[in-house]
Amino acid sequence: MDAIILQILNGLDKGSAYALIALGLTLIFGTLGVVNFAHGALFMIGAFCAVTFSRLLQLSHEIVDETRTDFLGNPLKVDVPYLQDWFGPETGAAIIDWAVPLSILFAIPVMLLVGFVMERGLIKHFYKRPHADQILVTFGLAIVLGEIIKANYGANPIPTPAPAAFSGSLDFGVWLGFDENAIIYPYWRLIYFLFSAVIIAGVFAFLQFTTFGMVVRAGMADRETVGLLGIDIDKRFTIMFGLAAAVAGLAGAMYTPILSPNYNMGMDFLVLSFVVVVVGGMGSLPGAVLAGFLLGILQSFASMNEVKSLLPGIDQIIIYLVAIAILLTRPRGLMGRRGVMEE
Amino acid sequence: MLGLDTKDTRLLIIVAIMVMAAPILLNPFPADSAMAQFNAGYPDLMQRFVIFGIFAIGFNILFGLTGYLSFGHAAFLGMGSYAAVWMFKLLSYNVVPAILLSVIVAAAFSVVIGYISLRRSGIYFSILTLAFAQMSYALAYSVLTPITNGETGLQVYTNDPQILMGENSPNVPHLFGIEMRGTADLELGAWTFTFGNGYYLAALMMLLSFYISLRIFRSPFGLMLRAVKSNQNRLTFTGVSPKPYTLAAFVISGMYAGLAGGLLAAMDPLTGAERMQWTASGEVVLMTILGGAGTLIGPVLGAGLIKYLENIFSKINDGILHQWFAFMPDGLEDFMVTILHPFIGKGWHLTLGLIFMAIVIFLPGGLVEGGQRIGRLFKRRKTDDASSATTKPAE
Amino acid sequence: MGILEVKGVNKRFGGLQALGDVNLSVAENTVHAIIGPNGAGKSTLLNVLVGKLIPDSGSVMFDGNSVLGRQPYEINQMGISRVFQTPEIFADLSVIENVMIPCFAKRDGAFRMHAIESVGNEKNIREQAEAMLDDVNMLDKRNMIASVMSRGDKRRLEMAMCLVQEPRLLLLDEPTAGMARADTNNTIDLLKEIKEKRDITMAIIEHDMHVVFSLADRITVLAQGTPLVEDTPEKIKGHPKVKEAYLGEAAH
Repeated sequence: MDAIILQILNGLDKGSAYALIALGLTLIFGTLGVVNFAHGALFMIGAFCAVTFSRLLQLSHEIVDETRTDFLGNPLKVDVPYLQDWFGPETGAAIIDWAVPLSILFAIPVMLLVGFVMERGLIKHFYKRPHADQILVTFGLAIVLGEIIKANYGANPIPTPAPAAFSGSLDFGVWLGFDENAIIYPYWRLIYFLFSAVIIAGVFAFLQFTTFGMVVRAGMADRETVGLLGIDIDKRFTIMFGLAAAVAGLAGAMYTPILSPNYNMGMDFLVLSFVVVVVGGMGSLPGAVLAGFLLGILQSFASMNEVKSLLPGIDQIIIYLVAIAILLTRPRGLMGRRGVMEE
Repeated sequence: MLGLDTKDTRLLIIVAIMVMAAPILLNPFPADSAMAQFNAGYPDLMQRFVIFGIFAIGFNILFGLTGYLSFGHAAFLGMGSYAAVWMFKLLSYNVVPAILLSVIVAAAFSVVIGYISLRRSGIYFSILTLAFAQMSYALAYSVLTPITNGETGLQVYTNDPQILMGENSPNVPHLFGIEMRGTADLELGAWTFTFGNGYYLAALMMLLSFYISLRIFRSPFGLMLRAVKSNQNRLTFTGVSPKPYTLAAFVISGMYAGLAGGLLAAMDPLTGAERMQWTASGEVVLMTILGGAGTLIGPVLGAGLIKYLENIFSKINDGILHQWFAFMPDGLEDFMVTILHPFIGKGWHLTLGLIFMAIVIFLPGGLVEGGQRIGRLFKRRKTDDASSATTKPAE
Repeated sequence: MGILEVKGVNKRFGGLQALGDVNLSVAENTVHAIIGPNGAGKSTLLNVLVGKLIPDSGSVMFDGNSVLGRQPYEINQMGISRVFQTPEIFADLSVIENVMIPCFAKRDGAFRMHAIESVGNEKNIREQAEAMLDDVNMLDKRNMIASVMSRGDKRRLEMAMCLVQEPRLLLLDEPTAGMARADTNNTIDLLKEIKEKRDITMAIIEHDMHVVFSLADRITVLAQGTPLVEDTPEKIKGHPKVKEAYLGEAAH
């Protein structure tokens, strides 16, 4: 029992990331009718927003500490972050320690900007082109974005730790009456899950309760009719794209303590998120979220040692197997609607 | 000739001559001149031209004719390579069984993967093929290590059985004794031309592949494939079942990929999982659209161009750039080098991505369409000249 | 006994009775029109006839064989060709290729791996296609790409693609819907011409009464999913029930 709960918990954070990316993918599908192969790259850029922000916070200048000496006996040179100059040593260090959560503030404007530029500069011209062209051009863009990041940050993963306060784990099992250390759940993963839940709820609330969201939902259901109403749907769609980019970016930024970002991570997550979207049902927002969590949890079950010893390598391919099975038995996915993205 | 009409025969002959004479044609610069770095006429590179040409020709039969965009064809190439290396390990270094098995294995897998993926069309199909390819990659990389040798990659070891290996059999891939890496040099004044055995084997295979694809394009079967792309609804209401046609196209293109994989291994008897990665699948898509999807010669041109650019761009470094721009004032020279630096050497993939985008945005029909546009432009200009030169009114 | 026999077909969508006890018989070598106001169940009936929808009960027999649950290509191979509301043609292919494809389908069936033969050597097929194009006065356009033609020519081409298969039943789905008056008249003329030139059985589903009066041998009027009357055009014209159905709609 405790093992099962543990696996469900372990699947939640990965599932959260899948759900957030798939949510954005679905929004873009549904509203703009565009298949965005560069969405994983947005997740990756978000992660590198966190890296950049944490580096910005650590910008330092060198001072000579007369009281200490290095191993040669010379006065020790130490780097002091400007933040410590401005806010005092302790507050400064705390801010640096909290770089990842604080990077949200940095990631939101950056990602919105990236999204707007992408939509206005490129995607807009592909609304009327075949899906194959959309796939190809965004695929090319994904390569370009990945390579730009690689050129500037190198090819190796960059560890980006969570604040020290969250570095420990929660002994979740004790709450439920299990033995100590039976169910250990790192604080940051819990935070990530809660964070995702808030964002998902926010996106749904935004679509449900604002006029803007209403128009977007109407546009998803029937684009032409909404266009006929004389509503400037294009502008809203630009904003929608920016929003989807921001969601993916935040998902990436907060994910950095769980997975050290590298330039390739976008591609890995993209393929899986596409599978998630397909399983959830193309064009269905709740389907995307549901499938994201389901597949995350499934993947975590598949990586249990008991399962792996029975079916070696199942953790690597379980998601694909499920996707293939779903597509063959329920071609529209778990919650897909008729006529979405069908020729 | 060969069941082709005059125009196609001419095309085939031109391609055959170009391919056969490639070691000379692609070596226009004398060996010790500064321009020699732009030569492409050495076996190693030319092999890649023709092998990826085969890959792209096959991909074009699926994507160019039926419009089904597969994002997983590198998986078949990878399987072909693994099959070929296994033949080397078990039988001998003779390339014939290796190439045969690579095609058979790719065919078998493409029947299964194609059958499932083709239950859906459009982007679903692309995602399904992508999922299959990623799955194959993941399996090859980790789980199937006994078969694929995982991260290290599969290669031939001295303690492998090689049961058909005779006393005097060469210890490298060969075709009944003709070693693949064997070459003959021809020195002609300042020029050196190298003729590789491996290149000529691969080139003959490519010509055969090209000929088969030509026949398919001109056949009723090919017409049906183009009808699938054009209007599947009408096709079904015309009494044709599109599925067997698309599956046949999928399997044929899978076999082409397998052949390419087998030939890659025949040139260099080792392989790894990275050949199956989806970036590799993306590359063949790029080759095809760069040349011109649905055209006969486009994929070959696209494959050659991409592999040539890859070779050049990867070779160039800052030092070479400095040489090129040495005629400029220092500041400008440094500026140019700094600007170009991200695109060369390790930056090749960045350039590749940009080419990809540029082609899709500006020239979706690829080079062949671009050539036709230019051709039309000249033609129009000519007729304009002709009509302005003549004062006689048209009849 | 007609070539197409629809017996007791019912279809419900949730609470809506889309088709209620539809009986219909199309006799060979006649033009049978099925008309009715919007929402009368015409397109549901059509979808049943082409195998897209399976009715809750009843049977649809074509020449003694059931068409229910069959794939469109099987239905075509049985001898039913279909003309769509907006012409469905192979837009990127040349006109002659458009007509050769149905010829191949007729000769080779739903699938044949004829990958080594050359289209250029298929003299019979080409002659057949050219004769058909000549018949509809399009021979001079044979090498044009289909997409660049006028809408009228596309309709003509689609008709040629269906007729070249010598179907035993030609199914027309609102062939003049959304057309300007002139185009509508052209289409009517084309259909009349076809009817005069050859023995053919046609079933036309149509919204506009005027279109079918000059064409049809028999007319079935559908209202609220049920056949109201079936008779010759002359008798239908003055039929009180028909007036009611159409006037009722006009009064809305």
